Amino acid sequence: MSTLVIITIISLCAIGIVSAVILYLVAQKFKVEEDPRIDIVEGLLPGANCGGCGYPGCRGLAEAAVKSETMDGILCPVGGAETMNKIAAALGREVKAQAPKIAVVRCNGHCENRPRTSVYDGARSCAIEHSLYVGDTACGFGCLGCGDCVTACPFDAIHMDPVSSLPVVDEQKCVACGACVKACPRNIIELRNKGPKDRRVFVCCVNKDKGGIARKACKAACIGCGKCAKECPFGAITVENNLAYIDYSLCRLCRKCVSVCPTGAIHEVNFPPRKTETEAEKAQAVTATPQTTRETDSKN
Amino acid sequence: MIMNKLLISPSPHVHSGDTIEKNMYGVLIALIPAFICSVLFFGLGAIIVTLTSVVACLFFEYVIQKFLLKQTPTIFDGSALITGVLLAFNVPSNLPWWIIVIGALVAIGIGKMSFGGLGCNIFNPALVGRVFLLISFPVQMTTWPLAQGFAGSYIDAQTGATPLALLKEAVKTGQSVSDVLSAESFVGYKNMLLGNMGGSLGEVAALALLIGFAYMLFRKIITWHIPVSIFATVIVFTGILHLCNPDAYADPLFHLLSGGLMLGAIFMATDYVTSPMSHKGMIIYGVGIGILTVVIRIFGAYPEGMSFAILIMNAFTPLINRYCKPVRFA
Amino acid sequence: MLKTFKIGGVHPPENKLSASENIQVLPVPEKVIIPLGQHIGAPATPVVQKGDKVKAGQLIAQAAGFVSANIHSSVSGTVLSIDSVTDAAGLSKPAITIQVEGDEWIPEIDRSSKPEHQIPSSKEEILKAIAAAGIVGMGGATFPTQVKLTPPPGNKAEVLIINGVECEPYLTADHRILLEKGEEILVGVQILMKAIEVKRAIIGIENNKKDAIAHLQQLAAKTPEIEICPLKVRYPQGGEKQLIQATIKRAVPSGALPIAVGAVVQNVGTALAVYEAVMKNKPLIERVVTVTGKSVKKPGNFLCRIGTPISQVIEAAGGLPEDTAKVIGGGPMMGRAMVNIDSPVMKGTSGILLINEREASRKPMRNCIRCSKCVSACPMGLEPYLLMKLSQFNLLERLEEEKVMDCIECGSCSFTCPSDRPLLDYIRLGKARTGAMIRSRKK
Repeated sequence: MSTLVIITIISLCAIGIVSAVILYLVAQKFKVEEDPRIDIVEGLLPGANCGGCGYPGCRGLAEAAVKSETMDGILCPVGGAETMNKIAAALGREVKAQAPKIAVVRCNGHCENRPRTSVYDGARSCAIEHSLYVGDTACGFGCLGCGDCVTACPFDAIHMDPVSSLPVVDEQKCVACGACVKACPRNIIELRNKGPKDRRVFVCCVNKDKGGIARKACKAACIGCGKCAKECPFGAITVENNLAYIDYSLCRLCRKCVSVCPTGAIHEVNFPPRKTETEAEKAQAVTATPQTTRETDSKN
Repeated sequence: MIMNKLLISPSPHVHSGDTIEKNMYGVLIALIPAFICSVLFFGLGAIIVTLTSVVACLFFEYVIQKFLLKQTPTIFDGSALITGVLLAFNVPSNLPWWIIVIGALVAIGIGKMSFGGLGCNIFNPALVGRVFLLISFPVQMTTWPLAQGFAGSYIDAQTGATPLALLKEAVKTGQSVSDVLSAESFVGYKNMLLGNMGGSLGEVAALALLIGFAYMLFRKIITWHIPVSIFATVIVFTGILHLCNPDAYADPLFHLLSGGLMLGAIFMATDYVTSPMSHKGMIIYGVGIGILTVVIRIFGAYPEGMSFAILIMNAFTPLINRYCKPVRFA
Repeated sequence: MLKTFKIGGVHPPENKLSASENIQVLPVPEKVIIPLGQHIGAPATPVVQKGDKVKAGQLIAQAAGFVSANIHSSVSGTVLSIDSVTDAAGLSKPAITIQVEGDEWIPEIDRSSKPEHQIPSSKEEILKAIAAAGIVGMGGATFPTQVKLTPPPGNKAEVLIINGVECEPYLTADHRILLEKGEEILVGVQILMKAIEVKRAIIGIENNKKDAIAHLQQLAAKTPEIEICPLKVRYPQGGEKQLIQATIKRAVPSGALPIAVGAVVQNVGTALAVYEAVMKNKPLIERVVTVTGKSVKKPGNFLCRIGTPISQVIEAAGGLPEDTAKVIGGGPMMGRAMVNIDSPVMKGTSGILLINEREASRKPMRNCIRCSKCVSACPMGLEPYLLMKLSQFNLLERLEEEKVMDCIECGSCSFTCPSDRPLLDYIRLGKARTGAMIRSRKK
């Protein structure tokens, strides 16, 4: 009995040792020569493999970073500046500071602004609804509300608001990987500069219809009146195809455009409430309203 | 004018009206003849075992969906009901109720819900439960009550061996097959067809199961491919063996009518979820089950091999689906 | 044993409510909207100006390129605007709006109903007349007909197949024109045969139109080269590849056109339009539209001018029923639901189907139980359950491998699914994306 046990143990050990030797030899023979820095860089990356950098997974970025001399165009949106500094240090290079970005949803067509005109009864997918027809509202540019962006987000950073049925970005979680931007069939979501103290001003609409049609479909639509562009002291606003766009690299967050927009399509976020200006603004609003109505009427 | 609230969806705009329920309850209806036969042969035991199994399966499905997976329970879609009935059909009619409950827990909990519920499981849940019980409670699971009708009671029924077990024992001890089949202890082919023999409660009545098969074919719930390919394989395989050595191997008819072959081929192997999708794949799957069953029956340690054969082929289903494509247009 | 295609197919309830209703001529509306893109290919270029006076049959927009079609005014009156108009799907599309004044036709059109039999001898003359008349596939595909009649070099047509199948439930427009314009259709078929230089034509008709089969068989007795082929009732028999298989037992290879097996398929409606264009000089300015539905008061078949608002056609059938929940342009299997019922009747509008509340909404999707009914129903031998999954995960290479581009979008899979899964919705999406991927690879 005891010899049996001993023989078993010995033979198992022998098999183990022989296999280990074979494995070692094979590993040596077929070893792939690789730049060891790739592993180091990969270790510094978050490891989410989200593809937000434009490379296939974190290792793809690491390889590109090691190969690249200048580090141009190499940015891990998830890790941000901190990670990039570490990588640059590890590779002994300089890295240009790149402003952090965030996904911005450019549609404000909740039920009150944009009445529903039909009921969509197909598969719950924005891409399918978009390819089928105008959507359950009269606006052919706005959010469809099926949540393709929510499904696409690998960081759980975007959710549908149950009341407005519009997507809401969680500023803490969003790493600007751009997955939602690619998923949205109507190109509503844009990556924009996060801005100082997270303050941003942007046009919350992508409707390219003529003013009258856009306004009819949605109360909060950009009608392309161009007031904001005239108002902007920095030339950051352009109006093209009946749609205003604020270039975030030129915008200085003065917020003048926000007050002149007749439909409230320009949004400001994370600014402190305007206490002192309220009175002045009201006065402005009173004078502004009749003008704008006239303007939109004439456009109709 | 744009009309208010017209419904919009991609085509098609009509539906055949077919539902999961129609298919599942169709299978249940097809099981009724076999159930009637088992009640006639095994009496009260058959009813108690079936009821316990069904109630336990529904209960576990409900509890797991409601409290573990936090889904809306869908216990009335008929799938848990079928699992319950099939589990009961695969055990002896004198099995103690607590063993059945354990079987139901394994069938629903491990066999079905751990994979994600209806449509996601790899293995036939009822067979997972059955095989678990067979391995855990070998004595209770292989003590077959004799077919006595209502004369026999639930627990203390008189027991005997199934024809398959008899044959296996006899061949082991050196008797020839023809001796066994002509001996008085053998029930005869007619009784085997009608189900008047020892065995699991649902598997005995071959004729009743065939009626169920015909019904399911008529209602287009299943196609003929899987059962027929199993039958054909078993006939060909055992036929060859029988011709080679009639003393060691029983004839194809005996194999067709004995054990769980009919029940397995018609109701268990054709389970939608765990069988291949294309007709070609179904035939490969059926042939595989047929060969494995005969191999286990004749060369293996167990007298019966249907459940193992189906479970093994279940594991091959994804592979078959990957490589067996339906006949394409041109 | 009646002929049919080999694999897959379903048999939805036929519901041909308007099968016995004669074609009624719809009065000319007050205003017509004529979209510039009524066909597959480039939208036509307008050749009239706002304020111009036009007559019925006058060219108002010219084909823009090879795959495109001319568009003619269907009424006489003044051009109100050439601007974007909301189409049936609610999207803005360019269209010409005409205010109707009287009903004056251009003099070239022969408006008598006397059948003409003397067909022109030259192939070029026929093709020119068809192209000038702006004829497109009338079955709903709206592919410009003259393009389809010009086979790519190296291919030779052997047989002309005329699609009188009308496999879509509810629709009866083709059935009615077969019955009422049988003689004209046969002349149209002969013209088409001349255009592609074939000696044989087969008219495929499903066996639920026994009167039409009998009528045509009687008419075609004089013309032995035209064969009437009754077919078993089975959807999607009207699919080009299915019809070719059913009638001449040849299978069009994956990714190939019917001409690869020597067949050219045309709809009966197209044959009629070709007759009118070649023999009567009449461009495609009106068509027969079926208005039907279980709640519709007077389901019927109406001869309407292109551009008539759909709401007016519905009015002619007894008005929009109160319980209408869905309005579909085309049949229930492949038609498109519309949001805007003031959009116009177009060249490809074969029917308007009103579905009531009880039958309109889809049931919620449930788990796939892998019953393989979709696989059995697919007439192309694909695996819809798998294609849907692959499409959901956007695995385009796998989709291509699984032949998603062969899908004819007939909807048999979604129709048959016991779990109410929107199989075709996702497959269509996957097909579109895979197609885009393949195209970008070629560039």
